Amino acid sequence: MEKIKCALIGSGNIGTDLIYKIQRSPYLEAVWMVGIDPESEGLLRAKDMGLKVTSEGVDGLLPHVLEDNIQIAFDATSAYVHAENSRKLNELGVLMIDLTPAAIGPLCVPPVNLSEHTEKLEMNVNMISCAGQATIPIISAVSSIQPVEYAEIVASLASKSVGIGTRENLDEFTYTTSSAIETVGGARKGKALAIINPAEPPLIMRNTIYCITDDKPEEEKIIESILKMIEEVKKYVPGYKLINGPIFDGNKISVFMEVEGLGDYLPKYAGNLDVMTAAATRTAEMFAEEIQTGKITLKPVEAA
Amino acid sequence: MSESTTEKLSSLDGRKVILHDMCLRDGMHAKGEQISVEEMVTVATALDDANVPYIQVTHGAGLGGNSLQHGFSMATNEEYISAVAPLMKQAIVSVLLIPGMGTMKELQSAYDAGARSVHVATHCTEANTSPQHMAFARKLGMDTTGFLMMAHLNTAKGLAEQAALMESYGAQTVYLTDSAGYMLPEDVTRCISALRDTLKPETEIGFHGHHNLGMGIANSIAAIEAGASRIDGSAAGLGAGAGNTPLEVFAAVCERMGIETGVDLFKLMDLSENIILPLMDHIIRVDRESLTLGYAGVYSTFLLHAKRAAERFGIPARDILVELGRKKMIAGQEDMIVDTAMTMAKARGIEITTSV
Repeated sequence: MEKIKCALIGSGNIGTDLIYKIQRSPYLEAVWMVGIDPESEGLLRAKDMGLKVTSEGVDGLLPHVLEDNIQIAFDATSAYVHAENSRKLNELGVLMIDLTPAAIGPLCVPPVNLSEHTEKLEMNVNMISCAGQATIPIISAVSSIQPVEYAEIVASLASKSVGIGTRENLDEFTYTTSSAIETVGGARKGKALAIINPAEPPLIMRNTIYCITDDKPEEEKIIESILKMIEEVKKYVPGYKLINGPIFDGNKISVFMEVEGLGDYLPKYAGNLDVMTAAATRTAEMFAEEIQTGKITLKPVEAA
Repeated sequence: MSESTTEKLSSLDGRKVILHDMCLRDGMHAKGEQISVEEMVTVATALDDANVPYIQVTHGAGLGGNSLQHGFSMATNEEYISAVAPLMKQAIVSVLLIPGMGTMKELQSAYDAGARSVHVATHCTEANTSPQHMAFARKLGMDTTGFLMMAHLNTAKGLAEQAALMESYGAQTVYLTDSAGYMLPEDVTRCISALRDTLKPETEIGFHGHHNLGMGIANSIAAIEAGASRIDGSAAGLGAGAGNTPLEVFAAVCERMGIETGVDLFKLMDLSENIILPLMDHIIRVDRESLTLGYAGVYSTFLLHAKRAAERFGIPARDILVELGRKKMIAGQEDMIVDTAMTMAKARGIEITTSV
């Protein structure tokens, strides 16, 4: 079956890594990459890899959307420009996968709630943040066993893997991830902390997840649920790994995870890229499958 | 007039230095974040009365610090600030904000509660995570400081570049922050000089020391010699690790050297002895573990966390701290203390109790 054609917006770390993830997909084909700097490494690499490129931002892509039959776009720019990008592409019937912390569409963590979004035919879904993708599955695994009063996550990222967009959007990262811990993870209150560590050699992405349950944790059930969830995430992020825990201190549960990347655009320490790009690809694939089988048809969204 | 009174007291005679007390922020770490609003008010009022010009008041990890990672304090930051700020006759209340934890929303509410000065802190190589917060602090009209933590993990040149970034974002002062108490006076001289050579003349330079190698005072003096005009310290040294530069000791040294701080030394000595000392859960001093922090270059706040992990997992705290130093863990990575202790316990064949 013909692959669904995609455009990648943003030629930074995330956008560039996405090319590799999409190239492996049986459902998706990366056709365009959009940047704003013709000399950016991402655009040059995209060109080398056979994509069409424009350095004129989203407006440089718009005239080609229909002729190239672009149906899905990935936005890896910044929270500030996402809304405008999304509006322009939605008007042309392009479904938007948002990898910025803008979060104007519903939040998606594939093993937790992806199927809900495909059923509803959302035209914009948000991938939260790398930390959200890496931790919310675990929180959901706990909250599916018993009520979680509070969940908190700490993501440690290698400095070299954190691009300027993320650095300038740290508050948005915090707000979006905290809110997703609640709405997707199922905790009544959520908090997210991010640490950027410059150690050399770079440290592999680490994530610590803390949950406080209302009642005494049902330890065996929780361990089983977490281990099962890790297997689900491993299906699209093979380097998703439990390092220590879970440990239980009263009603507090602590889980210590690591995410090793595939080493596509950045080396393997940058698991934060992979967990984001792989989740976005997984999400797009699910929509693509439905488009191919004719279950859903994308329609232009009328301008408000 | 005798000759001796016209002689200079030191090469720094006549220099003006602004002191900034940390015992109600960094001191929170030494108290497991357990300082009550009433205690804060008592301490801050006494510091104000001793003419200390700046007093930092928040959770030890600053705005947004209340967490499982960093511990929960007895009141919210807003409760602490709004209890203290209206009572200050001259002192300005400041807060700490570490991007990635604290946000602009929290800075706004700290400002609304009465804070008028902020240390915007990043790791010493990651200044470019702070432009939003720095610009917002300036917009609020706050006295805005960039705070380069774990400064021993960057070169003098690198620190100067990072400081210049912070200056470009709007920082009016840039601090070198020896979070691990690892730096020696020579390092401080070299690094502060590099900042002084790079930054605009009107940008102030500050130094925040920890006393883990007993160098708090000497490092702060070296900083002033090299061009710093703001110094952080804590009354009685109440702060993480072996504490901050003890403020009353530093004030006394300044008086001996003719450095003008404007504080009332005897009042500062009295409050340190009568109010701060009784507050301490343990005597803040260079002991085996806090010395390890300074020796191995580990974030001072890790001290009490490492002691707790040591007890829980049966690995000596010193071993955990040395390993954290080797792994180059930085401010905010308290979760990695338990993780490291567990990994070490497994490697040593010690059985881990997963449930307590």
